[in-house]
Amino acid sequence: MYEGAVQDLIDELGRLPGVGPKSAQRIAFHLLAAESTDVGRLVAALQRVQAEVRFCVTCHNVAETEQCRICRDPRRTLDVICVVEEPKDVVAIERTREFKGRYHVLGGAISPIEGIGPDDLKVKELMTRLMDGQVTELIIATDPNLEGEATAAYLARLVGPLGLAVSRLASGLPVGGDLEYADEVTLGRAFEGRRRIDA
Amino acid sequence: MYLRHLQVGHFRSWESADLALTPGPTVLVGRNGQGKTNLVEAVGYLATLGSHRVSADAPLVRHGASQAVVRAALRRDDRELLVEVEINPGRANRVRVNRAPLPRPRELLGLVRTVLFAPEDLALVRGDPAERRRFLDDLLVSRTPRLAGVRSDYDRVLKQRNALLKTAKLARGNALATLDVWDGHLTELGGQLLAARLQLVADLAPYVAESYAGVAGPGADRAALGYSSSVPLAGDGAPVDPARVLPGAEELAAALRERVAERRKDEVDRGVTLVGPHRDDLVLHLGPAPAKGYASHGESWSFALAVKLACFALLRADGDDPILVLDDVFAELDSGRRAALAEVARSAEQTLITAAVAEDVPAVLLGTRVQIADGQARILPGEPTEESAATGEAGVDGG
Ligand SMILES: Nc1ncnc2c1ncn2[C@@H]1O[C@H](COP(=O)(O)OP(=O)(O)OP(=O)(O)O)[C@@H](O)[C@H]1O
Ligand SMILES: [Mg+2]
Ligand SMILES: [Zn+2]
Repeated sequence: MYEGAVQDLIDELGRLPGVGPKSAQRIAFHLLAAESTDVGRLVAALQRVQAEVRFCVTCHNVAETEQCRICRDPRRTLDVICVVEEPKDVVAIERTREFKGRYHVLGGAISPIEGIGPDDLKVKELMTRLMDGQVTELIIATDPNLEGEATAAYLARLVGPLGLAVSRLASGLPVGGDLEYADEVTLGRAFEGRRRIDA
Repeated sequence: MYLRHLQVGHFRSWESADLALTPGPTVLVGRNGQGKTNLVEAVGYLATLGSHRVSADAPLVRHGASQAVVRAALRRDDRELLVEVEINPGRANRVRVNRAPLPRPRELLGLVRTVLFAPEDLALVRGDPAERRRFLDDLLVSRTPRLAGVRSDYDRVLKQRNALLKTAKLARGNALATLDVWDGHLTELGGQLLAARLQLVADLAPYVAESYAGVAGPGADRAALGYSSSVPLAGDGAPVDPARVLPGAEELAAALRERVAERRKDEVDRGVTLVGPHRDDLVLHLGPAPAKGYASHGESWSFALAVKLACFALLRADGDDPILVLDDVFAELDSGRRAALAEVARSAEQTLITAAVAEDVPAVLLGTRVQIADGQARILPGEPTEESAATGEAGVDGG
């Protein structure tokens, strides 16, 4: 244990995803030794995301204005929506350049262990978007793990009565994985080969 | 298959150990508490990614260290593989084969195959169903590595579903709306696991009967296996009938679905999943009665031994001898059973034996002896084996 401020910093860093106690300690001491201008830039960046970044009112992706760049882009088609778990999945799919529609970011996946049910995700918001009659196809691109599959199955059942074409990314993605880590080619292929779900 | 070399670091009492091994029997001797079992436990870990003594990994890491390492050179199918496992309690383990990291530790399962017999195995006969399910699933995965994924997915679905059921009673609105989705996963994976277990029990049963007859001697009751399931199956729990055609995974998934639907109300009331292979049991029959609750102490020991010898025979019949590990068991057995065990141990490609004193071990197995004392493993001079003569070195170093 270190004294007050240092230990507080280590504890806070240790709460970040992917940062274990050892890395937290290493980062903390790195910051202690760093130039104050470097630390200042980090602090400013943290404060800026806090103050300026918000979530798109339409798709719930991160945005700096009311709507995100993709939702504002008139070249993106209105008839297809791709549902993903997190903003980072939007970035992964954009890298493939396969998809020309718009997104819907759920904010996670169904996981009772973590207390996350459909009401904790942007599911109602998705239903509202689908009601407007412009959308004809829904692509469900939740992660290829159990929670992602469960979320996909749940959504497929829920939207079944709307009569849209509903599809799930094709297999070929590493099972049990994370969309984010799929390489572009694999993800692109998964997009092309998406399979229709009949609800 | 056999291990040509074993290294551990910060594993249990060992600061480090480095031991050249040979095919055939090797006896680790040393006073109580010197770390003999710890070494063979490390070998078992390579095979199952778990210990035969504890369910959590934390006790495997040496006091004061944050991770343990087990490394072995495995000879298998005329090839040598370097297998390394880094045990990180509370975090993901890291596994490498020939220095290449595996994406997931469980992909190691099936590579190193062991059959380990230890005093703890009495729990196979006398312990809770969970012990026997773990035994079945470990054997299943070692024969069919693909099932490691099915087992871990099943466990995960079960946790999710139980969490949902627990909150369902008090939950808002449509909490149960997602239950159907988990039911689908549960019954599909459960069907696969159940089908594989039923097949395994059928495959293993004849070897158990044969081994038990060999171990318990003439005039003993007949040993048989049965499988008791939470879905109604023909002949449920009774000794397996080799003539019966086993149901397939899809048929079993359908049976599970039906049963889940029937028990839905109970499950919601009690907040736990009541149907599925996690509720099942392997039934050991001895003569007219189940062994559990009826068999004597000696019979229970014989049964546990017969089950392990049956595993050995089954894996051998699959094409390659597993590594046989006998932890401290000879002292517990009478002469007839010692002889039966020694016979198998002598024929195995590699057998690792621990004993406090060499006199406990049948003479036919006293080939290579390794002295374990003061944190060191030292091969005792005797008839030099090819290997130790070639390298000129024995085990080294400890702390
Ligand atoms: N995580 C650990 N860190 C340090 N020491 C440990 C750890 N776990 C176990 N030990 C020590 O290892 C010793 C037991 O080793 P082991 O079970 O291998 O003994 P053994 O040689 O098989 O003895 P026996 O003949 O009684 O079976 C005990 O003294 C125990 O305190
Ligand atoms: Mg011991
Ligand atoms: Zn948007």
